[in-house]
Amino acid sequence: MSRPDTPRTHLEERTPVVEMRSIRKTFLDVVANRDVDFTLYKGEICALLGENGAGKTTLMNILFGYYAADSGEIRIGGEKVSLSSPRDAITRRIGMVHQHFTLVPSQTVLENTVVGSCGGFFLDMGKARRKLLELQRRFGLHVDPDAPVWTLPIGGQQKVEILKALYRDARILILDEPTAVLAPLETMELFGTLRALAAEGCSVVFISHKLYEVMEIADRVVVLSKGSVAAERETRDTDERELANLMVGRELAVQRHSGSQRRGDPALEIRSLSVKNDKELEAVKELSLAIRSGEILGMAGVSGNGQRELAEALFGLRVPDGGDVLLGGEPLPPGRPKTAVDRKMARIPEDRMTTGLLLELTVEENLVLENHASFRSFGMLDHAAIGRHADRLIGEFGITTDGRRAVARTLSGGNLQKIILARELSASPRAVVAAQPTRGLDVGAIEYVHKRILEARESGAAILLISEDLDEIFLLADRIAVMYEGRIMGVAERDEASREQVGLWMSGVNEPCA
Amino acid sequence: MIVSKRAPLPGWIQLLVPVGAVLATLLLSAIPILIAGGDLWLSYASLFKGALGTRYNFLETCVKAAPLTFTGLAVAFAFRAKFWNIGAEGQLLAGAIAAAWVGIYAPPLPKALVLLLVCAAGFLAGGAWATIPALLKTKYRVDDVVTTLLLNYVMWHLMGYLLFGPLQMPGSSWPRSPAVAEIARFPVLLIRSRFHLGIVLALVAVLVVWFVNSKTVFGYQSRAVGVNPRAAAFGGINVNAVIMKTALLSGGLAGLAGVGEVVAIHFHLLMDISPGFGYSGIVIAMLGRLHPVGTVLSAFFFSVIIVGAQSMSRLTGVPTYIAEVIQGMALIVMLIALLLTEYRVKAVRD
Repeated sequence: MSRPDTPRTHLEERTPVVEMRSIRKTFLDVVANRDVDFTLYKGEICALLGENGAGKTTLMNILFGYYAADSGEIRIGGEKVSLSSPRDAITRRIGMVHQHFTLVPSQTVLENTVVGSCGGFFLDMGKARRKLLELQRRFGLHVDPDAPVWTLPIGGQQKVEILKALYRDARILILDEPTAVLAPLETMELFGTLRALAAEGCSVVFISHKLYEVMEIADRVVVLSKGSVAAERETRDTDERELANLMVGRELAVQRHSGSQRRGDPALEIRSLSVKNDKELEAVKELSLAIRSGEILGMAGVSGNGQRELAEALFGLRVPDGGDVLLGGEPLPPGRPKTAVDRKMARIPEDRMTTGLLLELTVEENLVLENHASFRSFGMLDHAAIGRHADRLIGEFGITTDGRRAVARTLSGGNLQKIILARELSASPRAVVAAQPTRGLDVGAIEYVHKRILEARESGAAILLISEDLDEIFLLADRIAVMYEGRIMGVAERDEASREQVGLWMSGVNEPCA
Repeated sequence: MIVSKRAPLPGWIQLLVPVGAVLATLLLSAIPILIAGGDLWLSYASLFKGALGTRYNFLETCVKAAPLTFTGLAVAFAFRAKFWNIGAEGQLLAGAIAAAWVGIYAPPLPKALVLLLVCAAGFLAGGAWATIPALLKTKYRVDDVVTTLLLNYVMWHLMGYLLFGPLQMPGSSWPRSPAVAEIARFPVLLIRSRFHLGIVLALVAVLVVWFVNSKTVFGYQSRAVGVNPRAAAFGGINVNAVIMKTALLSGGLAGLAGVGEVVAIHFHLLMDISPGFGYSGIVIAMLGRLHPVGTVLSAFFFSVIIVGAQSMSRLTGVPTYIAEVIQGMALIVMLIALLLTEYRVKAVRD
């Protein structure tokens, strides 16, 4: 993607607003930041790029006063400061939007915005509202001030978080992987806001591991790797390939995997399926699709077009209004996850933390979530057999853990996903429904997930891969379908599909494939 | 003040937390004792002597610990599965009513069978009473804290109706049932004491709950539902069925507390058959960290306080309701201790 070539900063006249020198932070015996130097200039958008665990969030949490650095110094506007709490940071006009929002769902946008920022005893809501509307206008952050936050989509909630920071007069805005939760269109809106902020002289730190976004939005990139600064580049002097190398220390495979050699009969069929969402609106509208064994069907589409509801209906978590799902030619009873499991459907849910895993329980208990009943003898669980089963899967899927008795919460995101993969793919599934299987994972973990999905295809499973990541779809899929407003906009063989065509379908433009 | 989530603490600290909480509670209890004008040293000495000092006192403490163990287990088992059963009191009363009914009209059967019948009736009555809020929770998503709590009062008044009506002792104007038949009473197991069969049953219940929790398929499913109902459903577990079964078992345990009070202690059904054992069960379960073994230990601790407070009161003039003050204090101390084990609190000057 190309970015508008209007340089917003000039090397000659940049003034540093934040200088972090030799920042060091360790957690127990893990070094999260190893003598990091980081400078942020006025009016720039600086991307902090790195794999999961590279220390990006830690560094910014130190700047925001969440953590105290073990050593090193921080200067803001040239003045040496000690930040012992976020409040100190807010006073110095720093704002941070975390990955997990800190909003009160039952309160309105306006109430959430002013919370914690009222100086005196009385709160002038009229004045607050005027200030909020002014900020919304200036930075294109349009959300209804009187809407309760729980009614807003994720993108809207993120806007409230940004408004909250700006309401407190932030001049330095830190965003921790802001696009991880956003649909492409929302991302575009966010970028508009960030550009407007930079144009007004605010400085933005944009934490990400998505290369093309960094290339598009940032003026400057600081690459962190294993707690240290690996490189610093002006965006115009670099490209995605170089950044990828700096980030992971090796070239990424950009070629497409070869298509399936052996495609069989349809194994997973969806027949005029209609599903309502939580707000009782039709999210999936009489959708039909057939996936053959030994084939990966990549379902592309902007999120929020019914993919979540489709996946939940297939998983058995949501009862459809109409239509059928057939597995191996036989209909699956609706709303019965157990039957889907018994009939060998592997399910990789998009919310691995909240749907796929029992974070408070152990690794072995998570590995037998679906088949614990098969370890039963006279109502009791055969713990020895469960242990052997777990040890085998931990070895086979390379799950890094302190052992099968470790509490799942202590594992990294990539290893949590491996638990799910091990659980779902080890029982030679007939069909696989994978929803956003690599979202939020680092490059190494993504490659591993891809490898396992391809292996499942080789062993003859019919695979529905639902993903917002077009690169992923083009990399893995044999056929590509695009979902738009609950319907299939178009289906094409991967080797005949162009990115442009798919992009058109995603935005709801239906033209015959060229 | 800043509160932030802590990294999980090592296991031995987790074990030390309740012990520390107990010590802190005893220490803090000095304040109300002093206010009440008690001599500190004498107060604590008489408290422990009264509860543990002689064989008889020790056995009385065991007697008191039995219903507390049952209600503590009832709450702990339910809380583990995130079924917020605040209704052990009502379920206890349901169990007591059923036990009294069966005990008064005991059929002419061998004693063992009659006792089995009494226990079964109490268990089922308590369990059935607990399934009402469970049904409301699973079918209509009615908040279980509210329903379980409010049903306590419903059961109390139902008992009042029975004791002024069908279950009232003939010729009496007091709300009191006829005595349960000799054959339906728990045997006393140690001479010159009230140490009865129910205490052994309570210890058996501890083992059963531990076994169910950690060894059975149902225990696994109930744990899964407790930590994440959505993921449990995703994994094919019938969440509603697990909640119903949990409620039945939890209510049944509370019902057994009522059984013992009727057929081993009072031999009549009375309006004040329970001095709040069901509510104490909540504190006991929390202090026992929802673990069955922890629960029986904390039930014993509370029993020490309750029994000991009586002799402390006799010797020092500190009112017996100091026992309730100490119980309340224990809950607050334990909640603070749990907060501190999971969160780091940092004081910051404004």
